[in-house]
Amino acid sequence: MHGLLSMLIWLPVGAGLGVLLLGDRNILAGRWLALLASLATLALTVPLWAAFDAGSAVPQLTERLPWIPRFDAWYALGVDGISLPLIVLTAFMTVPVVIAGWTVIETRPAEYYAAFLIMEGLMIGVFSATDALLFYFFWEAMLIPMFLIIGIWGGPRRVYATIKFFLYTFLGSVFMLAALIYMYVKGGSYSIASLQTLPLSLVEQRWIFLALLLAFAVKVPMFPVHTWLPDAHVEAPTGGSVILAAIMLKMGGYGFLRFSLPIAPDASRELDLLVIALSLIAVIYIGFVALVQQDMKKLIAYSSIAHMGFVTLGAFVVYEIVRNTHSLRGAGLGLDGAMVQMISHGLISGALFLCVGVLYDRIHSRQIADYGGVVNTMPVFASFMVLFALANTGLPGTSGFVGEFLVILASFNASFWYSALAAVTLVLGAAYTLWLVKRVIFGPVTSPRVAALEDLNGREFVVLSALALAVLVVGVWPAPLLKVMQPSIHHLVAQAIATKI
Amino acid sequence: MVLTWSSVAAAVPEISLTAAICLILLVDVFAGERGRRVTPTLTLLALAVGAALTVRYGHVTERAPLFAGMYVADELGFVLKLAGFLLVAVALLYSRTYLENRSILRGEYYVLALTALLGIFVLVSAGSLLTVYLGVELLALSVYAMVAFDRDSGVSAESAMKYFVLGAIASGALLYGMSLIYGLTGTLDLAEIAARLRAPNTAGVILGLTFIVVAVAFKLGAVPFHMWLPDVYEGAPTSVTLFIGTAPKIAYFALALRLLAQGLAGTASEWVQMLAALAVLTLVVGNVVAIVQSNLKRMLAYSTIANVGFIVLGFVAGTPDGYAAALYYTLVYVLVALGSFGVILLSSAKGFEADLLDDYRGLHQRDPLLALAMMMLMFSTAGVPPFVGFWAKLRIFQVLWETNHLWLVVIAAGMSVVGAYYYLRVVKLMYFDEPPTALPAAPPAARPAAGVRLALGLNAAAVLLLGVLPGPLLDLCARLIH
Repeated sequence: MHGLLSMLIWLPVGAGLGVLLLGDRNILAGRWLALLASLATLALTVPLWAAFDAGSAVPQLTERLPWIPRFDAWYALGVDGISLPLIVLTAFMTVPVVIAGWTVIETRPAEYYAAFLIMEGLMIGVFSATDALLFYFFWEAMLIPMFLIIGIWGGPRRVYATIKFFLYTFLGSVFMLAALIYMYVKGGSYSIASLQTLPLSLVEQRWIFLALLLAFAVKVPMFPVHTWLPDAHVEAPTGGSVILAAIMLKMGGYGFLRFSLPIAPDASRELDLLVIALSLIAVIYIGFVALVQQDMKKLIAYSSIAHMGFVTLGAFVVYEIVRNTHSLRGAGLGLDGAMVQMISHGLISGALFLCVGVLYDRIHSRQIADYGGVVNTMPVFASFMVLFALANTGLPGTSGFVGEFLVILASFNASFWYSALAAVTLVLGAAYTLWLVKRVIFGPVTSPRVAALEDLNGREFVVLSALALAVLVVGVWPAPLLKVMQPSIHHLVAQAIATKI
Repeated sequence: MVLTWSSVAAAVPEISLTAAICLILLVDVFAGERGRRVTPTLTLLALAVGAALTVRYGHVTERAPLFAGMYVADELGFVLKLAGFLLVAVALLYSRTYLENRSILRGEYYVLALTALLGIFVLVSAGSLLTVYLGVELLALSVYAMVAFDRDSGVSAESAMKYFVLGAIASGALLYGMSLIYGLTGTLDLAEIAARLRAPNTAGVILGLTFIVVAVAFKLGAVPFHMWLPDVYEGAPTSVTLFIGTAPKIAYFALALRLLAQGLAGTASEWVQMLAALAVLTLVVGNVVAIVQSNLKRMLAYSTIANVGFIVLGFVAGTPDGYAAALYYTLVYVLVALGSFGVILLSSAKGFEADLLDDYRGLHQRDPLLALAMMMLMFSTAGVPPFVGFWAKLRIFQVLWETNHLWLVVIAAGMSVVGAYYYLRVVKLMYFDEPPTALPAAPPAARPAAGVRLALGLNAAAVLLLGVLPGPLLDLCARLIH
């Protein structure tokens, strides 16, 4: 079907503007419009998946219209095996956000839904752009709705958090823009494919790599530029946290795969230790930091940083694997793991933030100390929460296991120490997640507020069941996902280990 | 030389504007009290007629000297004059209620605005040092008077005085530099000067150039010649600030282009270095000082300075592409400034100047349209897509890379992040903060007509539309310079 990607981008944007025009007074119609639009977007990913030829690594379902002839910039879209799963994830995660806000958001609801729908369109745009300028356009434009979401519907320190979020991301992005323009001036095109084949000297690659690293490291986020994330997560409303953790962080990982590795392969090879070291610090140090958190959202935020460390680790162990084993398959394993980890973390962290949201809506506290014995009053909720918590620790049978296992397996081929250090997360992750569950869910009822809790309503049940199903399906049967990615990952490995000098 | 219709057709904007000034002056004198009602409408009409005549008769595609080389007719001048008509018309449209509420709605205000516009036109088409000076002074004198227009206000009088004294020094510098250049080349004609000045330049030429650069930097508001700008922006009545912040910027762009890039092209290697230093200082001072302001007009003044830094960077590139980028940046900046000061004008009421940042707390709940427009304008100046300000910055980065100015790219990129902070602060006040509980009691006063709000909405929509489809304006700017 032609124009499918454009529809995926502009349908939610258009619906968002529609909700905005309906205004707060017609919010009932607005809510239904938002729900229908997000469901329709999700439904559109079915023909997208069906039309996608999993045997090929070239961008498919391409669209190409002249945009700015002067810069040779095109409104060019396309999907490959790396972007397709992320687009589906984006469409999938927006639906629970819309449902979760149904009765909870009372102030300016029309703008709330509009912001999320517009952001959905822009995020799909980021993943499907095959022109670097268009990519950057979506990448930056998305900051505006997120800035407003945290700032308007956030917690007490929302202004500090949202400005910090915006400025950190903006700082990274500006240098990425400078690097993109540099390459345009050199090569005369903004098409990502031509940037990937642009010959660059090692010095140029080094600078470009560092500029891109700054942009993507902030977004992932990697140690030491991660400090905006806990603040943003804690202050954001539930929906904002879900999108932030599930999709926005993935853009950093996507950027590494789409830009850093293919555009600056020699610099990536040279500087891979830097990224690996930062990833391992994120996995271990941030794991310890998560252990001592008193605030549920902050704990999950730190756990996100640790889990995203696996994505960057999986992407950058490629070089040592090839050096040690000369096997491209082994290198692909790390990237496979990085991709699965992104999808899986998107589902699990989103689900955990929704769980915290469920509790927060009832008790209006995120402090772990305010809970205890929730299982006594909310047994159904408790089962979901325990499932997602176990998935977060990487329990086999859930999606969390697949990604982490693949990355640890791949890094064995790079160095024993990488995988040994990365495997610490299995202990740490279990420690902070299960301890959280123990303190919040189990034990005797600690306060009258917990005693008065009511279990999930139908709306919440549907949302959490859908997510639980997705976590289990990816965990038990990841083959379709891996199959779709296969050719693109192979292509990426070939690009990453080729030399441009 | 015989004057024929075809030889003066290109000067139709100036001719029609002069006729309109005379007419409005007479109408205003003889119509008495009733004239107050007529003059604003008549002025807008005159601007519309002038623009229509310009489009019909004044369109030139080839560069041609007129009036013995004093005047240059080219497409750049044609487009900039049309932009001038539009900007002044919209600025006057936004200002009307504001002036009425302060009892300074007088015919002279409109006449002064038109003479300032005439000065802009003269400057834009200047072909000789004399015409340049004529345009600069005509514009400057009209604007001095406008700043002092609210004669009962001490602050206005003070800032007009400051503007006048400092402006006179800058004019002196300009004249002195011109006289040196004239003495050394023996001609006033800019094209002739360009032909006679060839590197290596004598010390005399460089001395003259230095004075001219100082004057240009003063007019643009580049650091360290920016001292007048924040005081005048803050002290002048907001409608005048709006006026100063928009159309004259086009003229000063033309001043820099005609004088430095065209007339003194032979000294480019010298002035590029001077401007590079000025641009860095301007970017740093403008952005950093804007952060601590509590007055929105003053903050926007420093934001103007910061934006001037970007415009100067376009000249630092020293290539036609660089000038095209500077032109694009100027046009985009002026469009955004028009909207931002328009928001201040529309938020003000009788006896209430909405010029403090705190006055914008919770604006979103009081007036969603104004807040939305202001948010779009602020994100645009910060350089965030999908708004047009992003492309202006992108274009500047691009010409700096093309000319290998690595450090300028890094500084400009860093400073745009600093700049983002204070634009975000305005959005924060409007959207995240609660409105003050005790609003100033609004006395019965004229409210802006619905048409004015519509114009502001269109202004903001243009910022979005040009941001989503930036191609045509970019092409136009490139065509005008090449």
